[in-house]
Amino acid sequence: MIPAQFDYVAPTSVEEALSVLAQHGDEAKVIAGGQSLLPVLRMRLNAPEIVVDLGRIDALRGVRDDGDAIVIGAMTTHNDVLHDPLVREHAFVVTKAVAQLADPQVRHRGTFGGAVSHADPAGDLGAPSLALDAEFVIAGRSGTRTVAADDFFVDLFATAIEEGEILTEVRIPKRSGWGAHYEKFVRVAHQWPIVAVAAAVHVEGGTIREARVGLTNMGSTPLRARSVESALVGQPATDEAVRAAAATAAEGTNPPSDLNGDADYRRHLVTVLTRRAVLAAAGA
Amino acid sequence: MTRITVTGDGATDSDDVEPRTLLVHYLREQLGKTGTVVGCDTSNCGACTVHLGGRSEKSCNVLAVQADGAVVTTVEGLAHDGELHPVQEAFRECHALQCGYCTTGMIMQSIDLLNDNPSPSEDEIRSGLEGNLCRCTGYHNIVKAVQSAAGQLPSTDALERSNS
Amino acid sequence: MTVTEDRQSEATGQTAKEVGRDRRRKEDQRLITGRTRWTDNITLPGMLHIAMVRSPYAHARITHLDTSEAKAATNVVAVLTGQDVKEEQGSLPNAWPIKADQVAPDHPSVAVDRVSFAGEIVAVVIARSAAEARDAAELVDVDYEELPAALDLREAAAADADQGVLAHPELGTNKSAYWSFDSAEAGTGSSVDNAIAAARADGVVVEREYRQQRLIPAFMEPRSVVVDPTGEQLTVWSATQIPHILRFLFAAVLGISESKLRVIAPDVGGGFGGKLQITPEEFITILSARRLGKPVKYTETRSESLMAAHHGRDQWQKITVSATKDGTVTGLKLDLIADLGAYVAIMGGGVPVLGAFIANAIYKFPAYQFNVQTVLTNKTWVDAYRGAGRPEVTFAVERIMDELADELGMDPLELRRKNWITKDEFPFTTVTGLTYDTGDYEAATAKATEMFGYDELRAEQKRRREAKDPVQLGIGISTFTEMCGLAPSRVLGTLNYGAGGWESASVRMLPTGKVEVLTGSTPHGQGHETAWSQIVADRLGVAYEDVEVLHGDTAIAHKGMDTYGSRSLTVGGEALVLAADKVIEKARPIAAHLLEASVDDLEFTGGRFNVKGTDKGLAIGEVALATFAAHNLPDGVEPTLDSDATYDPIDFSYPHGTHLCAMEVDTETGGLTMRKYVCVDDIGTIVNPLIVEGQVHGGLVQGIAQALWEEAVHDDAGTLVSASFVDYLVPTAADTISFETANTVSPSTTNTLGTKGVGEAGAIASTPAVVNAVVDALRPFGVNDVRMPCTPERVWKAIHARDGAESGGAPTEGAAAPHFDEQDTADRTAGGTDGSVL
Repeated sequence: MIPAQFDYVAPTSVEEALSVLAQHGDEAKVIAGGQSLLPVLRMRLNAPEIVVDLGRIDALRGVRDDGDAIVIGAMTTHNDVLHDPLVREHAFVVTKAVAQLADPQVRHRGTFGGAVSHADPAGDLGAPSLALDAEFVIAGRSGTRTVAADDFFVDLFATAIEEGEILTEVRIPKRSGWGAHYEKFVRVAHQWPIVAVAAAVHVEGGTIREARVGLTNMGSTPLRARSVESALVGQPATDEAVRAAAATAAEGTNPPSDLNGDADYRRHLVTVLTRRAVLAAAGA
Repeated sequence: MTRITVTGDGATDSDDVEPRTLLVHYLREQLGKTGTVVGCDTSNCGACTVHLGGRSEKSCNVLAVQADGAVVTTVEGLAHDGELHPVQEAFRECHALQCGYCTTGMIMQSIDLLNDNPSPSEDEIRSGLEGNLCRCTGYHNIVKAVQSAAGQLPSTDALERSNS
Repeated sequence: MTVTEDRQSEATGQTAKEVGRDRRRKEDQRLITGRTRWTDNITLPGMLHIAMVRSPYAHARITHLDTSEAKAATNVVAVLTGQDVKEEQGSLPNAWPIKADQVAPDHPSVAVDRVSFAGEIVAVVIARSAAEARDAAELVDVDYEELPAALDLREAAAADADQGVLAHPELGTNKSAYWSFDSAEAGTGSSVDNAIAAARADGVVVEREYRQQRLIPAFMEPRSVVVDPTGEQLTVWSATQIPHILRFLFAAVLGISESKLRVIAPDVGGGFGGKLQITPEEFITILSARRLGKPVKYTETRSESLMAAHHGRDQWQKITVSATKDGTVTGLKLDLIADLGAYVAIMGGGVPVLGAFIANAIYKFPAYQFNVQTVLTNKTWVDAYRGAGRPEVTFAVERIMDELADELGMDPLELRRKNWITKDEFPFTTVTGLTYDTGDYEAATAKATEMFGYDELRAEQKRRREAKDPVQLGIGISTFTEMCGLAPSRVLGTLNYGAGGWESASVRMLPTGKVEVLTGSTPHGQGHETAWSQIVADRLGVAYEDVEVLHGDTAIAHKGMDTYGSRSLTVGGEALVLAADKVIEKARPIAAHLLEASVDDLEFTGGRFNVKGTDKGLAIGEVALATFAAHNLPDGVEPTLDSDATYDPIDFSYPHGTHLCAMEVDTETGGLTMRKYVCVDDIGTIVNPLIVEGQVHGGLVQGIAQALWEEAVHDDAGTLVSASFVDYLVPTAADTISFETANTVSPSTTNTLGTKGVGEAGAIASTPAVVNAVVDALRPFGVNDVRMPCTPERVWKAIHARDGAESGGAPTEGAAAPHFDEQDTADRTAGGTDGSVL
């Protein structure tokens, strides 16, 4: 199917992009990689007057080292994130998640910033971002602001990015030497996850010193399994201990019911996947 | 209308397109490259896969204006001087196609996969093709074709001899 | 892959050089280079484009329809509504009224005042570009008054004018036709009711209900049609399986001569039965082109395709089997309800009827009954999908054989062995009255179990059960047969089908010695160009490369019945053999004349007419050139080596095979991982082993997909939820495994080549093998069924259903009719094996 008519502009700087957005207000739609947006436009579920393409803003691409954090430019493609050594070293759970995101073609065009801004609760990058306390840098006409992951994901397809703003980069505090795993459960490979769990753990001498656990598709936003995290601290990285901690993974979640499973099934599934993710992350 | 310039399969063309024009429609309707086809509207099937700037992408999920200035390779740009690309040859040799509708996208993705990983395992081949649907072959022979192109199967001459 | 040995051709005494050889396909060059001609590639000067406006409601009255804004939009040429084409459009035909009193609603191409399924066309926008047509379609203003929708097939069957919901209120019923076969009445067996009663008294009776979910054929090339009305003829290009049938039907519905119609199926991207249809979209494009006098194109989107192209399967099945205590089957009874959807499609109710003749499968049931009620609902129409009628019954019987084995405490393979037709019993007339000509179930099963490592896997299963491994192993068996080669015309006549089942071929020797072959069996991915070339090359003794196969254009291959029902090779291939033999017989007197020999002294071998006992001879190509020149022909001989042949099959053919599946079940998540799949198919003589293997692989994945992934799901309002590939789960390479396939060969005796058909085998056999494997893994949990598709959720819930389930009761009678609810995610037994094994 063919999208409805729209105008198109491809600014080459963030300032230019913001000025175009200011001019068009809610009639404008930002396109990053477009891998989620284009199907929406083709189905005519959305018909913006103007599409603002961030693809020509080189400053938004790439991963850089910024002292105690790594910074992922919003327009960095999934494929570039996947192969980035800084991400692998300091945010390994992101590498693990992005490796399973969509398919190779989509990873070649889709972007980190586009995916998190789209805020699909079944998106693969929300849970790891949340688990790693990522910060989202948002540019607007009045300057930039930084939003913590906890505050970034507001609701189903809704983030802290306001009209006229764009996400420019995602900062992730460095965590070297952590084990990580992304346990994703699907019926067919090209599906969005039914449930997925992002786990990053710091294990010393067989004991879990710190743990970060994020949940995908267990509510209207990605969620942090804080009860699991705290229950894991100080525990041995054994099946028994992790099983006990993971049993609380569904606490405070509100998962959807759909063709792939009802909420009860997801509440069960998340406990199994959490156990497996943590054990794999711990190398147990 | 927006003016774009695209280098497709070695030839550079400049055209006016509506911004809403999908790259696949530009390729098919304006450049006549009908070897690239549309199979779905949600980017699941991968029949429209081309190489954009050297990497596989789904041309039904890219606007033509986004490809302005880019180099595009379609299945029609693979053979040189009548010589098929080894992956094309492997698809024929291994009977990796039946109706052929998914084939051009499948070949383009297979080439990308092998560019990325010249010696993939069966699992790596299978997950590397997870963005391409085929309804005829059950994928069995597609996997074999990629293995064959990667030099992982006995040479086709040997196969031929053992079967005749 | 078993390659058949060289066979002596009975007619010519030639050695087969091509048949049995794994030739690479002639079709592939254009397909791998993108030089293909799909219908959507066709562009004609001044061509207009159609966009459809479709109903979002399953059942509604159209109360207001305003096209004025759309008509005024840029480059819009016309907007047509049902009212505009009411007189002209008539009703789309059903070719197979299975009963004289079959109830069928009129089927307008464009809804006139009421819509009967979500996706039905309510307006047609024709514009100069596809984008502009779509833009204007958004401007068509339609108001609907929603009506209650008939959605559940069993509720639909129970409804009447006084109670429940009717899909078409004017009909006063949802019941379309009731079709039965009873072996006692037909004189082909004894009374099934007596058999069941006897087994109830002293024996075993197992009764189950199964659901064949609704599927979508989901061919990769969306349907597309281009109509050119310029000139004397109406030319129709369509992505169809059936150009010949379409030409006849278009002519009949439009009231014009077939000669004025040319239907072309160019390269067609898959069909699987889904393009065996005469569609509203084709008809609308024809009407539009005729009205406007310009070429018109319509290409559907994937979402439209999933919603409006016909769906498949969708049956509720109740199956009862009776047996003696030692496991000898005594009776089989099936009661089916088949959902036809909103309209009776071209084959319509005939699809379940096709299953009636082989539901007994490979077993010697002495008593049999088959009943099917077809019903109308407010859902997308349902028609043939790969296997058409045969996968449904094969599933039911192969599933219940496992249940019977469980009940008897027998190995399911042993039970099958005990009851199948043995090799020395062929030809065998079954309880349905069909005579299976050949088969060797012992050989196929022996080979399959050996390749599979059956005993080792059973041992591993035992170990995992004992160890309470969270990952359990299941082994699924399916020993299937099917009937192919549709179909002897006289049989079709007795079933009230509207046409014959013959096929046509032409063979033309060209002056250069090349051969032009026309076939009426129109391919859409099967590889006819290759296989037909192999057959003709052997028959005429010419080079494979010298044979060119033309098809898919009624102006070229003017006569045919097209491709479906695994018929091409067994019926079309036989027509081809006949046509080639006619060419030889035409050439013989000319060769004799040229060689100055008597016809009786000539032998034809290796492509040459030789004078026996001499070194004198002529190649058939030389005879062709001499015939073309016509300077020196015998008196009264026609100067041509062209021939036509039409073959009406004398009987069906009966491929069979043994399929074995090993499935790992993660009992913690319900996740399934296929470990191994082995199949040994006996499809008779193999013309091209490479193509055969490909057909098997593709069929397997479609059948496995029914078992595990695919389902067309409607919501409570009758809207298709799985309306894109996001939700209709066609598997990818990453979801499937490499298969181990092989063949045994018992040539069919119903055609010269000895072929049986392979297009549907994989899809028919694999579904029950997979579900049997899933259930087998879960037997220790007291599970005796998981509804298809076996989603992880359903599997997990089946395992845990017993946690709160009632206990007691024997699965035979107690669970005879397990509560079957559309909402149920899994059936479970109310007894049987100890569920606390793990």
